[in-house]
Amino acid sequence: MEKFVSDKAAIVVSSVSKSYTTGKTVVKALDDISFEVERGSLFGLIGPDGAGKTTLFRILTSLLLFDKGQAMVDGFDVTTGYKAIRKRIGYMPGRFSLYTDLTVQENLNFFASIFETTIEENYDLIKAIYAQIEPFKDRRAGKLSGGMKQKLALSCALIHRPSVLFLDEPTTGVDAVSRKEFWDMLQTLKQEGITILVSTPYMDEANLCDKVALIQAGKILGINTPANITQQFPKTIYQVRNNHMHALLQEAKQWPFTEQIYPFGEYHHVVIRPGAAEPVFPPGIEAGRIHPGIEDVFIDLMRDHEQ
Amino acid sequence: MKQFYHFIIKEFYHIFRDRKTLLILLGMPMAQIVIFGFALSNEVKNAHITIVNQSNGAASMKLVQKIESSKYFETYNQTTQTSDIEKMFRKGTIKVALVIPPDFDNTILAQNNSRLQIISDATDPNVATTLTAYLSIIVADFQKELNQPNRIPYTIDVETRMMYNPQLKGAYNFVPGVMAMVLLLVCTLMTSLTVVREKELGNMEILLASPVNPLIIILAKAVPYLLLSIINISTILLLSYFVLDVPINGSLVLLFAVSILFILVSLALGLLISSVTDSQKAAMFISLIAMFLPTVMFSGFIFPIENMPLPLRTISNIIPAKWYFIIVKSVMIKGLGLTLIWKEVLILTGMMLFFFTMAIKKFKIRLS
Repeated sequence: MEKFVSDKAAIVVSSVSKSYTTGKTVVKALDDISFEVERGSLFGLIGPDGAGKTTLFRILTSLLLFDKGQAMVDGFDVTTGYKAIRKRIGYMPGRFSLYTDLTVQENLNFFASIFETTIEENYDLIKAIYAQIEPFKDRRAGKLSGGMKQKLALSCALIHRPSVLFLDEPTTGVDAVSRKEFWDMLQTLKQEGITILVSTPYMDEANLCDKVALIQAGKILGINTPANITQQFPKTIYQVRNNHMHALLQEAKQWPFTEQIYPFGEYHHVVIRPGAAEPVFPPGIEAGRIHPGIEDVFIDLMRDHEQ
Repeated sequence: MKQFYHFIIKEFYHIFRDRKTLLILLGMPMAQIVIFGFALSNEVKNAHITIVNQSNGAASMKLVQKIESSKYFETYNQTTQTSDIEKMFRKGTIKVALVIPPDFDNTILAQNNSRLQIISDATDPNVATTLTAYLSIIVADFQKELNQPNRIPYTIDVETRMMYNPQLKGAYNFVPGVMAMVLLLVCTLMTSLTVVREKELGNMEILLASPVNPLIIILAKAVPYLLLSIINISTILLLSYFVLDVPINGSLVLLFAVSILFILVSLALGLLISSVTDSQKAAMFISLIAMFLPTVMFSGFIFPIENMPLPLRTISNIIPAKWYFIIVKSVMIKGLGLTLIWKEVLILTGMMLFFFTMAIKKFKIRLS
């Protein structure tokens, strides 16, 4: 298998499309997707359920064939070079996929052996993660808590020191503390030079990535660093609040300067219509201009996309 | 090789940690042997009979005693009213009735010619035919005894010899059948389920994204079930030899060798099923409906193949269990050697190679 020339990008996806046929309807899971992931970086795919994230992961891990386009992982074509790719990637599917009737240690041992390595050989890489579940090494994997399961799955995906790591929604269904720990670990792994592609439905995790791609209905809406994504957002956003939040939501739609309004925690966010004058809010409403977050950008992009 | 070893270890963990399934797998052959040996038998024993003896002479009493002392019949109710017979048939309390008319003793002595009537419940035609035949034989025997002093001329004595199974034991037929059935269940059903389970639970997703050769995944699944099946064959043979008195006339080594060949055929079939299905439900359906039922019907174990119409006889040729059934009967009961069963062995070997090749060829190296 000839190695791809570009050594800078660990993952290259160009114009990949994939559709499923369920019954008589054809569903476009991915529609002309292109992006690159720099070697040694942490790249986030942010999007709601059903956006096509898992399909993309399966294509990149050589588990799924696609209709159009080309995809390269670590210099190998995912279709023709699948054997080479399977040796150098680590993959953690969205669903817990280890053996629930095997203990923590048996699982790790087994996955080490199928990659023809041993736990000892790469122990330093997984030490920080595995040390946390090692006290439970004789417990069956099915009896672990959600957070511990994820740590075990990550250990198993790392045991052969992959060059590219694919994590499909690793923090879904995991408590807040474990989520934070998990992202800390990803930062450590990045230091080791491992390229990480991670997907998540949680917007707050986007800020922890080097670059994020916002994905919705099989299309990429935007790719940038988290800071740039929010900084380059051209629209102005105010947060508003009063004593009748529900009525306010309806009322605000009538304001001349409102382009869009949506509930956001304790406030509603009002996107100001481009070109509108400085908004003047009716009395009794607590309003203030804010910096847009990733969520705001995403909601706006989704709206544009739907129109 | 190390990969393969770890895979097998893992399969054994799966099997040993699922205690209930393991218990069923090891207990099933014993249960089947016991059920077929003692409960489900088509041998006729102790059938309820009513003898309507209206004659009550010396000769008729002797005949009644002769019937009662036979192990095939058990007198249920003595009556002198022929009208009672139908009532008893309707209630289902008797299977057969013998009517001895009032003039039986007189006619047999005076005219050398008398009549008896056998009435049987033919709702089950096989049982009715068997019972009528047994009863006729007893009567014929009785007649011979009467003629003892003055032999009638020109009698033909038919001497029957039941080769290989003189006592006509059903066990000689069903033990090979049970062996084929158990092996097919354990190997085909269980193997197909265990591979498909990994697909359903998502384990396969990680295995496929790893450098493991599909051949290793497939073969490692088969090894533990091969060992389990050898244990099962041993229990079946021990039980049938010591409990059911079925002899092992041929070579035990040959018997085990052909059994392992059949196990490999069943394993290959199970792996093929798992390669082409994606859910345990589908795998179970194919194994049971498409494999198990034809095995029971077309192996010759319950229904004789010779009596089937040509299309069904042709179909029976593609059922591996048919050939195994023939081999086991030949080796175990008839005591034949390899020289007389090589054709069947060759067919099974061909089937095994075909199924294994197909299973590996059809194994999906990607999802869906």
